[in-house]
Amino acid sequence: MSQTTPSPESEATEVVVADESMTPPGDIPKVKRKGSLGIGIAVAVVGLLIILGALISMPIGWLQLLVFLIGCAVMWWGVDRALKWVFGPSFDLMTWACVTWLGILILAAILAPVLPLQEHADLAKALQDGTRPMRRPDVLSANLLGTNNFGLDLLARVIHGARASLVVALLAVLIGIVLGGTIGMLAGFFRKTTDTVVGILTNALLAIPPLILLIALATVLEPNMRNLSFALSLLALPSMVRMARANTMTFAQREFVLAARAMGATNGRLMLREIMPNVLLPLLSYSMVVVSALIVAESSLSFLGLGIQPPQPSWGNMISEGEGTTFREHPHIVLVPGAVLFLTVFSFNMLGERARKLWDPRQAKL
Amino acid sequence: MRKFLRTVLELLAVLLLVSFGTFMLVSLLPNDPAVIILGEGHPPEAYEAKRQELGLNDPLFSRYADWLGSALQGDLGKSIVPPYSVVSDRIAAALPVSVQLAVMGMVLAMLIAVPLAMWSAYNEGGRIDRVVSAGTFAVLSVPSFLAGLLLIMVFVNYLGWFPRAEWSRLSEGLGKNLFHAALPAVTISLMEAATFTRILRNDLITTLQEDYILAAKAKGMSPVHVLISDALRPSSFSLITVMGIALGRLIGSTVIVEYLFALPGMGSLVIGAADTGDYTMVQGTVLVIAVIYVLINALVDLSYGFLDPRTRRA
Repeated sequence: MSQTTPSPESEATEVVVADESMTPPGDIPKVKRKGSLGIGIAVAVVGLLIILGALISMPIGWLQLLVFLIGCAVMWWGVDRALKWVFGPSFDLMTWACVTWLGILILAAILAPVLPLQEHADLAKALQDGTRPMRRPDVLSANLLGTNNFGLDLLARVIHGARASLVVALLAVLIGIVLGGTIGMLAGFFRKTTDTVVGILTNALLAIPPLILLIALATVLEPNMRNLSFALSLLALPSMVRMARANTMTFAQREFVLAARAMGATNGRLMLREIMPNVLLPLLSYSMVVVSALIVAESSLSFLGLGIQPPQPSWGNMISEGEGTTFREHPHIVLVPGAVLFLTVFSFNMLGERARKLWDPRQAKL
Repeated sequence: MRKFLRTVLELLAVLLLVSFGTFMLVSLLPNDPAVIILGEGHPPEAYEAKRQELGLNDPLFSRYADWLGSALQGDLGKSIVPPYSVVSDRIAAALPVSVQLAVMGMVLAMLIAVPLAMWSAYNEGGRIDRVVSAGTFAVLSVPSFLAGLLLIMVFVNYLGWFPRAEWSRLSEGLGKNLFHAALPAVTISLMEAATFTRILRNDLITTLQEDYILAAKAKGMSPVHVLISDALRPSSFSLITVMGIALGRLIGSTVIVEYLFALPGMGSLVIGAADTGDYTMVQGTVLVIAVIYVLINALVDLSYGFLDPRTRRA
């Protein structure tokens, strides 16, 4: 369901780009642009009305979801038109939509304890409150996104799950950048034996398929957030090392490094002051994509029951709660965390792609 | 030749490190294997005797040497939880299922990716190209367990075309086997197909700007002929490189898909073993998977020479 939505939307975006670029510069496009602001706002309002209408007046079900998605697409087109008029034709709504989504998600995850959310983990409390289990998503009820098999609120669980997923993935990437970047720079700078040893070690880490490595580690490690970040950082490490090494090798041969060396700079200074600033930027832009891969890895592990343990929520174990016997009757228990997971991974991927195009010329082709 | 020897040596070093890492899992184990086997509430002497029997009191390296020696002879020990089955027997039973799924997933991904990439590259910048680009990008953001669940929702729960948790071995007839493997294989192939399409499309676009393609077109060859017989082979190097990386993810999604569809493969084996703390089983399966993975990657490296004669000299 959810993975089909972005294609018509992004297509619409790009069609508009093509239209704008074909119009010759001068007074004519100005007139056209003026018209598109009005049309854009009007269409956006129509889309918003469709969305609200679907949420409030229609019976809960697939038809409602379909109309909701159509409303989203219509609104997308309108907002895109309007914002292109305001900020110029190079405005990219997709990027900003991804930034907005991640911003809201991170904000909600940070503010989770103070937000007025329903019960997310305490079964006894949910029982006491008498929340009906497996409630469908309904904007007009107390449980906006419905409840799970035990009557726990899905919105609250999704937000608390975001805390787990994001903290674990971001921590792992941070370890990967610091440790992997350092090792990679050392290997790329000194070459020879250091390089060979580092090469064999990274190859050994890469020699076990990621998920298998995680499962093997999950057998011996207690499943808590600290251990999970450690295990995930092992996945991020080899690619970070390789990337840092490759970039160091290209920059170590450049003239400005040679000049610094000729002026008597030590190896440490060369690496810290001359090479590191150049290596860090591609690593950071690449880390976006790594974050999305790690979020997927964490949720896969939790889905298999080897990651974060219920009742503490994580997107992976939320999905696994709903995939059993109740899946046929109540698919929303899977679809709600699934949609959130998809949107988050998609946003990180999209921003990572954009960042790489900007900051890593070697990857610009992809 | 020297390069070849160097590759083989590095390969051996990597395999040795991997086997040592897998072996070290036991030493990292927070709970005592003797307690897992016997259960709690026995006198301390009983645990001590069990440890002695398992050889856990010997020095680390001699245990590693013993383990590696018997592993090389195909003996990976016995499972430490009931029914105490022989690890290599279980692996021998499970491996064909996983291999079949992985191969089917890979082949399916290629069958989807190659035509799609050619179609997309030929219409570069056109509507089809944009739809394909956006579509593959979206598919890349769907974790395989989620994709599997969506397929189950549509094809099992609503349409009822396929069963969810059934498997039949190849010996029970090809048709039945393929019928049961279809949905899992499609799930596995989706993400790889998206990756392959994107990579191949980019390379094809570069290749299609070469002069010899123009010459072929000028001779009046049909677009399909130009794409297949002139452009495809020189465009496939990145694809081959990526295939090694994709294989790691493919094994991961095979594991998940086996769990999702309750298929009797390596994935179900390793997840079940990880759940019960059955470390010999985890050791054995991880070692087998890692060795296969490393060997295939080495083969991929060697296959460059066949595809591109220019790399043979280097």
